[in-house]
Parts: sequence; structure tokens; C-alpha cells
Amino acid sequence: MPGQSVGVVQSQRAHFDQALPLRSGGTLPAYDLVYETYGALNAAKSNAILVCHALSGHHHVAGHYADAPSNIGWWDNIIGPGRPLDTDRFFIVGVNNLGGCHGSTGPSTTNPATGKPWGADFPIVAVSDWVEAQARLADRLGIDSWAAVVGGSLGGMQALRWTISHPERVRNAAIIASAPKLTAQNIAFNDVARQAILTDPDFHGGHYYEHNTRPVRGLRLARMLGHITYLSDDQMGEKFGRELRNGSFSFDYDVEFEVESYLRYQGDKFAGYFDANTYLLMTKALDYFDPARLDGGDLTKALGRSHPDTGFLIASFTTDWRFSPARSREIVAALLANKRRVSYAEIDLNFGHDSFLMEDAQYHGIVDAFLRNVKL
Amino acid sequence: MTHTLGRPDFDVIAGWIEPGHRVLDLGCGDGALLKHLLETRGVQGVGVDFEPANVLAALRNGVNVIQGNLENGLTDFADQAFDHVVLSRTLQTVRHTEGILREMLRVGREAVVSFPNFAYWRNLRSVLDGRMPVSEDLPYQWYDSPNVRFFTLLDFEALCAKMGLTVRERRVLDEQGQPVESEDERELNFLGSLAVFRLSQAA
Repeated sequence: MPGQSVGVVQSQRAHFDQALPLRSGGTLPAYDLVYETYGALNAAKSNAILVCHALSGHHHVAGHYADAPSNIGWWDNIIGPGRPLDTDRFFIVGVNNLGGCHGSTGPSTTNPATGKPWGADFPIVAVSDWVEAQARLADRLGIDSWAAVVGGSLGGMQALRWTISHPERVRNAAIIASAPKLTAQNIAFNDVARQAILTDPDFHGGHYYEHNTRPVRGLRLARMLGHITYLSDDQMGEKFGRELRNGSFSFDYDVEFEVESYLRYQGDKFAGYFDANTYLLMTKALDYFDPARLDGGDLTKALGRSHPDTGFLIASFTTDWRFSPARSREIVAALLANKRRVSYAEIDLNFGHDSFLMEDAQYHGIVDAFLRNVKL
Repeated sequence: MTHTLGRPDFDVIAGWIEPGHRVLDLGCGDGALLKHLLETRGVQGVGVDFEPANVLAALRNGVNVIQGNLENGLTDFADQAFDHVVLSRTLQTVRHTEGILREMLRVGREAVVSFPNFAYWRNLRSVLDGRMPVSEDLPYQWYDSPNVRFFTLLDFEALCAKMGLTVRERRVLDEQGQPVESEDERELNFLGSLAVFRLSQAA
């Protein structure tokens, strides 16, 4: 891939005292957002791109920390000088969303009212709440309108929500491997993941921090299940097939097949650093997302609120069965019906839903071409 | 005579499109026609193409493009959403000929179709000489051609009549892109290498 990484980066923190009314009815009296920026904001403040993260993502989108060179941002391969999100041209902002577990206010941070971690008392936040919080960060940074809002999966839902909630503040939106709302099957997967966490004896109704424990088993299972749905059948077949770790059957319930070993490793790794309450929150935000709900399910009507000049890129992946190309095309059709400027690419990549994180000449070429046309 | 982007049919098509019109270009390739129309006519344009390389090239040309297969119809597009739906040098590559023509006139007020005429005299002579034609407008060998339908100017007119479509205008061009005119339909069919039609639903 041409271009370079952004290199050494630093996180920043912004504190907000103005209460945030939430979709769920409550309010968050005050909160912190941690974020990172790459590249330079131009004098007109017209070159800013917001990158929205997905379920397990955060603000560390690109580059690495000086004291942790192996901690590379989750979308490093697309951001940097000469890369599609070109830091020679754009000022890129990544934010850890509210409810997250990477520094922004969330279940694992201290509730000022009690002096203890929020835990289960942290209010459920929706995609629209994240967008409002991101808008306040944009205000703080002096950004009136984003040159583009970009996101994959749940991140794409935030980009879509931006175009409806703040049409005048989004000049372009790239919505990748996303959907206008979850299917019943998708919600079902999320509920099994939640049940794994909620029924873990170490969950303690979400107040496990006070018990000096964590529902690691439940979180691990949730991640294993999720991980299966992010990959394609073909890819798992190619990668693991029916390979056995020790060459022959052992006739017991220990790790035997390579795919078991891989999934357990992924589950353990994730459960080691991610917060279970955040996982619950993120999956609920996914389930609730439905910007057409208040328009009686009419997505065309909902997207009629987007700005007529906003440019859209919708991209999907042929092997993504969790957020299939057909779901992206629902967004495309609704935008076309509103005579919006929209391009759609269906990219043939073998990595299932996770394709959106992969490096591929066609995929990155599409994003690059879309962003090269963005006027600053 | 020089032609826009080396495509004489583009000049004809561009001449039929008024400023500000909404144009859908099916099989838009690298988006050259739409780019030209955007720059010279200020149209609002969308292209459709199936080939990844074309989708990328069209985006690079600053053209809005939807990746999709014409054989599956135009389900992403609403009724009468466009003033013109263009299918340039692509009809012969589509298997569902009647289906795509109907779809074009469902989503657009007018269909603009250009296609190579297999009855062009050089093509006929080539076949008489025992070889499939290769020409300016049929630039493929038989074994690598994307074309799946082989038809003539008169064949197409017969199909339009059968489908009850109105031919609003027609231009016939020779291999150099020069207009061919004749009162005799059979002569036109013999002299024209490329045909460009402007169609609408019967009033």
C-alpha cells in the first residue's frame, strides 16, 4: 500500500460540563471524551474528517504511542500521508464514544454522584447520543462542518445519523459495511452475546467493579460468538479447515480443532481488556439504531432530511453476511429516491464483515477516489 | 471531424440532453460521457457499472456511480426519476433485452440507446468472407467479445414496434462517425455502423 503511517500520536481529553440529554430519557450531567487527531486543521477549518468507531473500536484509529510502538490504531492502514484518509490534506479526528472503555466517560469511569464506578447505573446511550457528543467536540475544535464523516459497521450508522441529525454539518459521508437498522437475526446474535455476560456469576448486576472481579467468561463467549459472525465461511474454511492441533482426535472437550484454538484465543484476548458493560451498551446501541423509526419505517423520508449537497459513498462487501450488500443497497435506494449524490461500491473481498478493516486495492481505491473529490 | 472523447455517439447523445437534466448512464464505463455532460451541460448524473475497475475509474472522474448488474434490472431506482436513461454500446451485452428497455422507460422519461449495427456492409462482407466482423464499433474477437446479442438497425426497430415504443429520433453513423442519411431503410441498415435511438413510451 502506498503512503505511510501517521507515526507517533497522542490522545487528548475534552471535558464537557453541559448536560447531555439522552435518547433513553435520562441525562448525562457532565462527561469526558478522549480523542486523537492526525494531520493539521486548515485555516478555514474545512478539511476535518470524523472517523466513527464500531463495537469494539475507540479513539486510537491510527499511528502508535511513543511508549507503546506495538499499540497501532485499529484503522492505521487507511490513514496517513498518501493514504485514502490523507493526512497531508485532511485533519482526521477519532473519538472514543460515550459508554466506551478507553477513557471516555462510561460504565467503568467514576460516577461523580457516588464516587464509585458507574457500572450498571450508566445510562444506555444511542447512536444519536454519540452524534450529539461528537457534535459538541466539533464545536470545541471549531469545526462547523465535516469535510466527511466516515465509519464502518456501527461507525457507518453514526455517519448516516450525522447526515440526518446535522445535515448542514456533513459535506460528505462514507458509510461502509453498514445497514439502516439491524435484522431480527442480528439482534438475536447480540442478545445471545448479552445473555452470556448477564448470566455470568461474576457480573453482579453490572457492579462487578465493586466486587473486584469481571465477568470474563461471559465476555469471552460474547466475543467468540461475535467473531464468528464477522468472518466468512469461506475464509474460516481456508484459514482453519478441519485442522487439528495435535493431528488426531483426542476424544475429550479440550481445544482440538484449530478454529477452536483461534476463537478461544480471540475471546481471551478481548475479555482481557474490554469492559463487559461497554459491550452490553454497544450492542444495545446497534439494536436500537433505526433512523426511520419516527418516520414509520420510511427510510426515504428519514433520509430526505439529509442535505441536498451532501455526497454519499456507500460500500459493502460480497462476503459480509452480518451486514450484507442488500442492506447497504437499502440506503442507496433511499438516497437515490431523494435525488442525493450517491455512489455505491460492492467490493469482492473474502473477509466477511471484517473486510472493512482490511487493506485492498479496490476498496482503498474507492475510498481514496471518493475523498479526492471532496472540496475543502 | 473530431468527436467528444473519441466517441461519435456521445456527440449525438449530448445534443439531446438539456442543461440541468437528470441523466442515468447504464454501463457508464469510466464515466467519460457523464463527466462531459456534467462539465458542458450541468446535468445531474448517475452511472451504473458492474466492473470494479470501471466503478473506480468513474469515481476518480468525479462521477457518481452505482455498482450493479443490469441483468438484475434497475430496482434501486424509482419510477420516472430521470429525464434520460442512456445505454451506450451496451445493449448488445445484455441478455434481457426487453427487460432492460422496459426498465429504462420505467425509471426515465426517455431512453437513449446506441448500438453497433451488425448489418453494416463491412460486417456483412466480413461474414461473407468467412470471418466474424471486427471493426471500429465491434472491436472484439468472437472469443473475447462481451456481446451476447447480435442484431441490426432494422431488427431493433422491429423490437421497438413490437414493444410499442416511440422512436423520437434516430441517428445512423458510419465507421468514422459521420452521419449517414438515406430515405431507404435498407440502405441505411447497409451503410450505418452505429445507430443511436431516442425512445419514449407510446403517448
